Amino acid sequence: MITTRAARRRGLPQGLATLLLLAPALGVVLVLFGGGVVMGVLASLGYQPFLPGRDLSLDAYRGLLDDVEVRRSLVLTFRIALLSTLVSAVLAVGAALLLRGTRRGRRAALLVFQLNLPVPHLVGAAAMLLLLGQSGLVSRLLFAVGLVDAPAAAPVLTNDAVGWAIMAEYVWKEVPFIGVVVLAALSGGVSDLEDAARSLGAGAWSRFRFVVLPHITPAVVSTSIIVFAFTFGSYEVPLLLGQPFPATLPVVAYQAYSDTDLTARPRAMAIAVLITFLVVLVVLAYSVLTERVLRPAERRRVTGT
Amino acid sequence: MSVLAGPAVPVVSPPRGRASRSWSAAVRAVSLPLLLAGLVLPFLPLLLWAVAERYPYPALTPTVTSSRPLRLLADPTSEVLTGLVNSVSIAVAVAIIAALIGLSAGRALGLHQFRGKRLVQFLLLAPVIVPGLAVTLGIQVFFIRYGLSDTRRGVVLVHLLAAVPYVSLVMSSVYANLDLRLEDQARTLGAGPVQVFLRITLPAVAPGLAVAGLFAFLISWGEYVLTLLVGGGAVKTLPLLLYSYLGSTDTPVAAALGLALVVPPVLLLAVTSRLLSGEGTPLAGFGRT
Repeated sequence: MITTRAARRRGLPQGLATLLLLAPALGVVLVLFGGGVVMGVLASLGYQPFLPGRDLSLDAYRGLLDDVEVRRSLVLTFRIALLSTLVSAVLAVGAALLLRGTRRGRRAALLVFQLNLPVPHLVGAAAMLLLLGQSGLVSRLLFAVGLVDAPAAAPVLTNDAVGWAIMAEYVWKEVPFIGVVVLAALSGGVSDLEDAARSLGAGAWSRFRFVVLPHITPAVVSTSIIVFAFTFGSYEVPLLLGQPFPATLPVVAYQAYSDTDLTARPRAMAIAVLITFLVVLVVLAYSVLTERVLRPAERRRVTGT
Repeated sequence: MSVLAGPAVPVVSPPRGRASRSWSAAVRAVSLPLLLAGLVLPFLPLLLWAVAERYPYPALTPTVTSSRPLRLLADPTSEVLTGLVNSVSIAVAVAIIAALIGLSAGRALGLHQFRGKRLVQFLLLAPVIVPGLAVTLGIQVFFIRYGLSDTRRGVVLVHLLAAVPYVSLVMSSVYANLDLRLEDQARTLGAGPVQVFLRITLPAVAPGLAVAGLFAFLISWGEYVLTLLVGGGAVKTLPLLLYSYLGSTDTPVAAALGLALVVPPVLLLAVTSRLLSGEGTPLAGFGRT
């Protein structure tokens, strides 16, 4: 109401003022993001802007279904993203509870906990390479205690079939990310509720399950959505730490895209569209699922049943 | 049974309580250092390699140390300095432009009620979720067509795609906490729109704006694949240099470049956390960098 009055005084109708304020941000998103999605779909169907056209077809998508590389890459990408997100979320909740209860050295602990938040993922990947590679620091430590007698005898943690180093990098980066948001959620009056629960005789597990967990669920859900989407679509981490075949989907997409043979373009675009589609699908499914399973009480309140 | 056991409870439970408390204290005493050590450990090989001249297997520390890798960072004849200039200028441009865009969009999102607001919020959230690589592959053709490919302008533009959604969402929550009565009071006292903005609104949202700008800076600073796609080989930023050194045999320089990419963001984090005075939530923006 106040804004309406203010806008009128400036001589602009509210709707127009809103539109003008939003225009630059919407411009960036609609042109770059919207344009990218639409052009990606068109290019996957064989459309080439500024070049002599071909007939639109679903050939690229049909090709993906028969493509062993893409199928194996899909499984690998899903597994890495899912495991990294799950492990990060569990460790982050534990870390947040741990840090919340820390009294002595709390400031220092929080500082160290947040230290890697602004570190670029490429640097994290480089660090993992020097840490977990077969001649890396871990292998040297194993040599020092006599468990390994040569780099070749060290466990293969980088450029491997499982993707250990990739997952290690994601977990390393994302535990503080989720943890910081969970800590913020925990600072909002939940300890009073815990005290009330304790005085009513609730044990440690009950207090966690019925007081703390519902309180932090929104924070965990929203951050783990971001983490899953990121780990599914990240390029540089699996490029540096993963094996060449099968690589994760973004790496395969980029390889196909940078192929000098332009007929590989629709395939690259189809993989890019597949990545977008799957991320959106998983995020939607996850949102619906958590809404139903974890917050029935809230839903009841909203729907009034 | 509870009635019978009643009198015994006060006698039994205090020791049990103390025992479980000390047990949880023990878990805490072990797991907290373990957690923090795990978070710090990956920095260790970077630090060791950055001062190494010779670091053969299985030595735990470099057998011959040298300041060569770190000195190379400041060497004007090396391409590192070009990379630094590119990285800083692009990230600063992204931060300023994204902050201005967010300053505008945040006001509408934080203070105005309008139809389609949820749609706008959804649109702004979509680039946060959908991987930037998948989207950028689609528009790269247009960057080439309009002469933006292989230029710093083009790289700034594609970084904005990643930064604008975050900055707009942060600014929307900053504006949501703005007390509009202050603006009204200034108007009542005769201040014009420009005066109200410069004297009232801007100072009120300035800390949030600084944080949002720092997010944008960090998103751009750490970006690799979008820079590679749009900048080609022509716009070499520090992450691109780091990647090419990781592929070479000069691991010490790669490690030094890694540190060069870590130190400015960590210093910025220290500034940010002071601005936020311990408030954790807006730091969420770092997750994507």
